[in-house]
Amino acid sequence: MSAPVMVASGLARHYEVGGGLFSKAQILRAVARVDFDLYAGKTLAVVGESGCGKSTLARMVTMIEEPTAGSLTLDGKPVVRARWPELRGDVQIVFQDPYGSLNPRQRIGAILAEPLAINRPDLSAADRRAKAREMLGLVGLRPEHYDRYPHMFSGGQRQRIAIARALMLDPKVLVLDEPVSALDVSIQSAILNLLVDLQERLGLAYLFISHDLSVVRHVADDIIVMYLGLAVETGPKEAVFAAPRHPYTTALLSATPRADPGAKHTRIKLTGELPSPLAVPPGCPFAPRCWKAQDLCRAERPELTGAPQAAACHFPMEPGEI
Amino acid sequence: MSLLRIRNLSVDFATASGPFRAVDSVDIDVDTGEILAIVGESGSGKSVSMLALMGLLPWTATITADEMMFDGHDLSKLGPAARRRIVGKDLAMIFQEPMSSLNPCFTVGWQIKEALRFHLGLDRAARHARAIELFEQVGIPAPEKRLSAFPHQMSGGMNQRVMIAMAISCRPKLLIADEPTTALDVTIQAQILDLLTGLRKETGMGLVLITHDMGVVAETAERVSVQYAGQKIEEQPVADLFATPHHPYTAALLDALPERATEKKLPTIPGVVPGQFDRPAGCLFSPRCKFADALCRATPPKPQGRDLGLARCHYPLNTDERAAS
Repeated sequence: MSAPVMVASGLARHYEVGGGLFSKAQILRAVARVDFDLYAGKTLAVVGESGCGKSTLARMVTMIEEPTAGSLTLDGKPVVRARWPELRGDVQIVFQDPYGSLNPRQRIGAILAEPLAINRPDLSAADRRAKAREMLGLVGLRPEHYDRYPHMFSGGQRQRIAIARALMLDPKVLVLDEPVSALDVSIQSAILNLLVDLQERLGLAYLFISHDLSVVRHVADDIIVMYLGLAVETGPKEAVFAAPRHPYTTALLSATPRADPGAKHTRIKLTGELPSPLAVPPGCPFAPRCWKAQDLCRAERPELTGAPQAAACHFPMEPGEI
Repeated sequence: MSLLRIRNLSVDFATASGPFRAVDSVDIDVDTGEILAIVGESGSGKSVSMLALMGLLPWTATITADEMMFDGHDLSKLGPAARRRIVGKDLAMIFQEPMSSLNPCFTVGWQIKEALRFHLGLDRAARHARAIELFEQVGIPAPEKRLSAFPHQMSGGMNQRVMIAMAISCRPKLLIADEPTTALDVTIQAQILDLLTGLRKETGMGLVLITHDMGVVAETAERVSVQYAGQKIEEQPVADLFATPHHPYTAALLDALPERATEKKLPTIPGVVPGQFDRPAGCLFSPRCKFADALCRATPPKPQGRDLGLARCHYPLNTDERAAS
C-alpha cells in the first residue's frame, strides 16, 4: 500500500474549564489519545456517542485547533501552527448542518469562489468563476444554480454545495462531520453515492465522523470506535462489524436498530450514561457501564493491542460470546 | 371499538403565500395496547396530524375531519376546557426535543407535580410520592435528588426520561411519541424504546410512534403507516411492510437504506418532496416514481383495499398478479 496521506500519533486535546480567582481549573480531556493513518482513496470512520471527542478530533485534523499533545503529519510534512496557512488547503471539512454552514447572503457562485479568492491569489476572477461552475457540475448541480441563494435549495442540495465548497481547493483529505445525519433517507442515499463517486474520481481520503452505524458500515474501510476521548477499538470495517472485540463496540452494534422486523438479536442493555468527561474513571473509561468489568478494569487503563483489529480491553470479547 | 379513530383528517395552514395543505385526508386507527408507527420524511405531515389531534396547532391552521373520536369523546366538538381535561391525562405526548420542551425556569420535580395536581388533584405528599415512583419507573437514578434538578443540569437522555415520566404520570390511554429518540445516542435510544414498550405492556396503553428511522420502526412497531407529502400512502403490519411494500415510495425508501444495500451504489429517489407550489395534479409521488405513467400524472389514486395495504397507487407493487408474472 502507498504511504498514508495523513498520520496522527498520540493526538490529544485538553481544555481547561472553570477556574477563577478561588477555584482551580479542571482539565477536560476531550481527546485523550488517538492514533490513525489516512490513505488516499480510503475512508476512515470515527464512531461514538455524543461527548466522545469525535468533533474535537475533526477540529484538530482541519487545523482549527492545535493539539495539546501528539503529532500530525500531512504528506510527510509535520502539521504545526506555523505551517497551517499553507497546509489548510489540503484538508477541508463538510459540516453536519447544511442550513447553518452556508452564508445566507452570498450567492452560490460567491460561496464556491471564496476559498480560491483567499488562498489562490494567482487565479483571476474569471478563472475562479470557471472553476466554481465546473465544481457545480461535479457535485450534480445545474449551471443555473450559480446565481442563486442558499435558501432556494433543499437540504440535500445544500449539502452538495457544502461538498463543492470543500473541494474547491483540491484537498487531499476531506473531513465529513456527520454529513448525512440532518438529511432524510431518500436524500441521504444520493449524498452517500456522491461521496463514493467523488472519492473514486479524485482519490480523496475521507475522515468520516458519524454516529449512524448503518451508514458507517456502508461507506467505511476502517473504523475507530471512540469512548470518552479514547479509541477503544480500531480495525478494518468487516472485522469490527463481524466480531467486535471491545464490549462497548459490541453494545453499540447491538443497540443499533435494524430495518428487519424478523431478525431476532440479543440487545445488550447498557446501564447508566456516559460519565462526565471531567471525571473520567481512572481505569478503563467504560468500566462503570461494562458487564464484564472486574477489579483490574477499574484500576488499570487497558492499552490498545492487536493488529489489524485492536481493542483497548483487559477481557476482550471472544467470537460467539454473545 | 378502537381507542382512536380519525377519518379524513386534513390540516391547512394559512401562509403569506396562500393556503398550504400539510395533512391531506388521513385516516388513523389505534387500538388499546397497540403500537402504531407513523413514518415519513420531513414535511410528510406526520407531526402535524398528531398536533392537530392534541389541539396544539397555531391559529393559522384549519383542521377538518369527518370523525375524530378518542375514547368516546369527539375531539372536534370539544371546547378548550373540556379538551384540557383529556389532553395530558388520557391523551399524552412526548416531544422530540426534551431540552426545549421542558421549562428551564422550574425544577423537573415542580413540572411533573403540576400535572399530578391539575389532573389528579393529589395532595402535596401524594404528589411527591407519585413523582418519585414515576422517576423510578422510567429509570432515573436517585429520583429524590433529581426532583430538585433543573433541566439544564441533566443530560438529554435524562430529560427525555423526565418527559416520559410526565407523559405517563396520569396513566394515559394513548401516548403519542414524536421522534422520542432522534436527539439521543443509540445506547440511550435502546433504553428509551425498551422503556416505552415495557410501559405499554404494563399499562396497556396505545402508543403512536412518529419516526423517520426505519430501524426503530422494524424493532418496535406492530403496524406501520407511511406518509408522504401529507397523505397516508400505505399501511401494513410491520413484517409485511418490510417484506412486501405495495406503494413504490415505500419500496424506494426501504431500498435507499444503506443497511439493505447490496452494492456500493445506493438506489436513490430522484427529486424532492413536493412543496406548496409544485404539487402535482395526479399522484403526489408521480414526479419521482419510476413506474409512473400518464394516468398517474393526471389522476390522484384512491387507496387500494386492505389486502394491498391501502396503498394510494394505481399500480401497487407485490400484488399476486405481479409476483406471478
